[in-house]
Amino acid sequence: MKPAPFAYHAPATKAEALGLLARLDDARVLAGGQSLLPMMNLRLAGPTNLIDLNGIAELSGIRRAGDALVIEAMTRQRAAERSELVREHCPLLAEAMAHVGFQQTRNRGTVGGSIAHMDPTAELPVVACALDAVLTVESAAGGRQFPIAELAQGYLMTQIAPDEMLVRIALPLWPKGHGFAFEEVTRRGETFSVVCVAALARLDGAGAFARLALAIGGLGAAPVRLQAMEAALVGARADAEAFAAAGAAAGALEADEAPFAPPDFKRHLAGVLTQRALARAAGRARRASS
Amino acid sequence: MSAAVRIALTVNGAPREAEAEPRVHLCDFLRHGLGLTGTHMGCEHGVCGACTVLLDGESVRSCLTLAVQARGRSVTTIEGVARPDGTLHPIQEALAASHGLQCGYCTPGVVMTLIELERELAGRPADEATVRRALAGNLCRCTGYQGIVDAALSVLNAAAQEAAQ
Repeated sequence: MKPAPFAYHAPATKAEALGLLARLDDARVLAGGQSLLPMMNLRLAGPTNLIDLNGIAELSGIRRAGDALVIEAMTRQRAAERSELVREHCPLLAEAMAHVGFQQTRNRGTVGGSIAHMDPTAELPVVACALDAVLTVESAAGGRQFPIAELAQGYLMTQIAPDEMLVRIALPLWPKGHGFAFEEVTRRGETFSVVCVAALARLDGAGAFARLALAIGGLGAAPVRLQAMEAALVGARADAEAFAAAGAAAGALEADEAPFAPPDFKRHLAGVLTQRALARAAGRARRASS
Repeated sequence: MSAAVRIALTVNGAPREAEAEPRVHLCDFLRHGLGLTGTHMGCEHGVCGACTVLLDGESVRSCLTLAVQARGRSVTTIEGVARPDGTLHPIQEALAASHGLQCGYCTPGVVMTLIELERELAGRPADEATVRRALAGNLCRCTGYQGIVDAALSVLNAAAQEAAQ
């Protein structure tokens, strides 16, 4: 099908875009368009006003700022995938990015667009969740920041207000020598994941976990962190028993019914992928410290 | 509320211009606005890759890009791939030689993806995994992909093979 008619706006600056958002009724911002345009083609979305952010240069870029990697929301996924800064400081994101959509959609799709859209099967919100990303949203009235854990309010619904837009994602960096892994199961090749897991781990000199993070996507509306298990494993040896314990915790999480993926199947995948991801992340941390 | 706007862009190296409503995506604009029917519309929601074109050299879904977003930019379609005298691009030749197409519906998108891959490899040899990863976003229901992969590898590694002989 074809999109329903809309009024098209192409602001050249962020201030102009925020002004339009404040003034216009029923407006949506268009980032890379790799999720919104399919929804508009299928008439699942039909905004009266479409505010195209693609002409706003100040909304793109990746930089190191202190202990965080700061990614402006309109940064193309392909640019982040190839970024030396991302590879060096945030290898988890680089590894996961290769699983996001296809080469042809990553050329257009943006980092911020994927996170603001909050598709329950998307990879980037899971990575952001594992890294405790801090999001900055702005409106004409000003800006505010909140952790990614507070973003989702239900399926494809976020706390970003109609007159606000996501402008920046700050990813707190893990120190050199940490281990990372991203694992997912898809229905065929490179497509939407059914369940995906992001793992980060740091080991102490004795081979025990000094710090770890485990985020799981696909079970419900938003990624979940295994906080209790993360805390319980700090100080424990990073061995098969620990990986199995993390897998068992993931396998006991709540999971929603989804087409072609009943809850039992998703819980099974969460368990296996968590075990696998943590083992791989710990292995990388061990090699980095030896 | 959605009046047609003038869209001027470069297509296959030549300046082109036509009117379209902002809601018209690039695929329909190329086909209906400019008469370039080589770009095929498949699923129209970004899954199949049949409509892949190059936008400023990068492969994109033309069904997920609005024509109005291509104003002032450069688009390459399958019509701009062969030489003006009709000599096929090496990737097109290889697809024919390796039975990399049957009905041909997906082929324009496959060719555009492989042209981008060839440019990005910049002469480095390609392995099968790299080719299959690049082609993951192009669905083909006829060939089972093997012929397409064979064709891609033969072209991408042609220079290395010649050097070895």
